[in-house]
Amino acid sequence: MLRFIASRLLQAIPVLLVVISVTFLLIHSAPGGPFSDEKAVPPEVARALEAQYNLDQPLWQQYVSYLSDVVRGDFGPSFKYSGRTVNELIAAGLPVTAELALYAMLVALFIGISAGVFAAIRPNTLQDYIPMSAAMLGICMPSFLLGPILILVFGIQLEWLPISGWGDIPGDKILPAITLGTGYAAYIARLSRSGMLEVLSQDYIRTACAKGLSERLIIFKHALRGGLIPVIAFLGPAFAGLLGGSFVVETIFQIPGLGRFYVTSAFNRDYTMILGMTIFFAGLIIVFNLLSDLLALWLNPKLRQQARGGN
Amino acid sequence: MQHPSQASEQRSSLWLDAWIKLRKNRMALFGFVVLLILCAVSLLTPWIAPYSYEQQDLMLGATPPSSAHWLGTDIFGRDMLTRIMYGGRVSLMVGFIATAVALVIGILWGSIAGFIGGRVDAVMMRIVDIMYALPFMIFIVLLMVVFGRNILLLFVAIGAVEWLTMARIVRSQVMALRKQEFVEAAYSMGLSRWAIIRRHIIPNTLGPVVVYTTLTIPSVMLLEAFLSFLGLGIQPPQSSWGLLINYGVETMEEYPWLLIFPGITLSLTLFALNFLGDGLRDALDPRASKD
Repeated sequence: MLRFIASRLLQAIPVLLVVISVTFLLIHSAPGGPFSDEKAVPPEVARALEAQYNLDQPLWQQYVSYLSDVVRGDFGPSFKYSGRTVNELIAAGLPVTAELALYAMLVALFIGISAGVFAAIRPNTLQDYIPMSAAMLGICMPSFLLGPILILVFGIQLEWLPISGWGDIPGDKILPAITLGTGYAAYIARLSRSGMLEVLSQDYIRTACAKGLSERLIIFKHALRGGLIPVIAFLGPAFAGLLGGSFVVETIFQIPGLGRFYVTSAFNRDYTMILGMTIFFAGLIIVFNLLSDLLALWLNPKLRQQARGGN
Repeated sequence: MQHPSQASEQRSSLWLDAWIKLRKNRMALFGFVVLLILCAVSLLTPWIAPYSYEQQDLMLGATPPSSAHWLGTDIFGRDMLTRIMYGGRVSLMVGFIATAVALVIGILWGSIAGFIGGRVDAVMMRIVDIMYALPFMIFIVLLMVVFGRNILLLFVAIGAVEWLTMARIVRSQVMALRKQEFVEAAYSMGLSRWAIIRRHIIPNTLGPVVVYTTLTIPSVMLLEAFLSFLGLGIQPPQSSWGLLINYGVETMEEYPWLLIFPGITLSLTLFALNFLGDGLRDALDPRASKD
C-alpha cells in the first residue's frame, strides 16, 4: 500500500513538471507582454517594471528562477493586483471554493446515490425510468443554464433565496451548491445504478436472498459497498470538473473564490496569476485523483490484491 | 468468430442489426430525428431563416414572442429565432469539427499503440495517462487567453482534450482483436498488415468508435457553450448558443425569453444526442454497460 502511494506520488512529479513547463512556455510565447495594454508608459518605467518581474532576463533564466520559486511554494507577485502575491490571492479564494465544492459534492452524492440505488432496485419499471430520466435532464442542463433559471425562479419570482454573494446573507450558499452539484448528481445516479445492477446480479447476493435476509439488509450491508465503487472512482475526475464548474457558478453568483479569480485574471491577462493558479489546480487534481484511487482500493479487495501483487 | 471471407457480409449485418435495434428504442430514434432536423435546419438557415442575420430594429427593441417574431426579439430588435438558427450553425459546427479532430487523433494514436504494442504502446499510453491527469478545462482557458479568442484554435483546443478517451477505447479494441483467431488466420493466409487493418481491425472497432463519437459531440458542444458563456469562446458578431445564453442571463429579469429559448434549444439538443448515443451503444455494443 505504502509502495503504491509512493510510486503514485513519484509519478506526479513529472506530470507537474510538464504542467509547469508547458504553462510557462505558453504564457511567455503569448503575443505582447503583460504590460503592453497599459496606457503608453515611458520606456524607463516599462524597463523598471520588467526588471521588477525579472522579465529582462533570458527565458531560461526566468524559467529556472520561477521553477525554484515554485518548488519552495512561492508563485511570485500578481501582475495586476499590485502589491499582492499570487499565494495571498489563492489563500483568499481557496477556502471559499473548497466550501462550495464540498457542499456541491454532498448534494451530488446524496441525490445521486439515492436516485441510483432506488432505480437499480426495480430496473425497467417506473421506479427506474423516472429518476433516470431526471438524471438525463440533469446532465443536459449545464450549470450556466441551471444557475440563472434557479435565480429567476427562487430568487426573483418567489424571493425565497438570495441570488448572489457568499456568507453575507443566510441561505446564499444554497443555490450555488445546488447549481454546481446537480450535474454531478446526475452522473453519480447513472454510475451507482449500473454499479448496483451489476452487484445485485452476483451470486453472493443471491445467497443472501436465499438466506432470507431482508431487502434492506441486502442492499445496505452487502450490495452498496461493491455497487458504489464506480462512484468512488468517479470522485477524483469529478473534483477536477467541480473546479471547472466553479468558474461558471462563481461568476454567476458573484462568489469571491478561485474560479472567479481565474476567469478574471484570464480576462486581465494577469500572467503570473494564471501560471500560479494553473499549477496549483494541477497539483490539487493530482492529489484528489490519488485519494479517490486509494479509496477505491480500500473498498475493493480484488484491486487491493492486484496492487500488492504487481506494480 | 467470423471467417475472413465473411467480413463484409458480417459488417453489413452488424449495421442492419444495429438499425433494427435502434428503431425499437424510441428515445434513441427521437434523438436521431432531432439530430437530422437540426442538421437540415443548420444547412438551410440562410434560406429558411425568417429574417437576415444582420437585420435589427432598434425602435422595436425587446419584444416577447409574437406572430411576427415567433421567439421574440432581443434588445436590438433582432429576431430571436433567426439568431438561434445562426447560432446553432456555429454550435453544431464546433461540435462536429472538434469531434472530428478528436476522432482522427484518437483513432491514430490508439490503433498505432494497440497494433504495435510492446514498448511503443507503453510509452504512448503513459502519455495519455499523464494528459488525463492535467486540468484540461484550465488549459483551454489558458490557450484562449494566450492566443486570443480564435474559432480555429477553439476547435483544436477542444479536440485536443477529447481524443484521450477515444485513444483508450480504440487501443483496447485493437489489442483484443489482434489476438483473435481470425486475425491469425488472415496472417497465415498471407494477407499484408495493411489489408488486415483495413479489412478486419477497422470494421470491428467501428462500433465503439461510432458510439463514443455520438457521445463526444454533445460534450464538445457543452464545452463550447461553457467557454462562450464565460466570454472566452465564440466572439460577436458570430453567435452560438452559449453566447446567446450569456446575453440572455444579462437581461433575464426583464426579458426572460432571451434566456429560455436558447436554453431550451441547447438542452434539447444535448438531450437528443445523449439518447442517440446511449441507444447506439445498446445497439452496437451489447457488452458495454450502461452507466
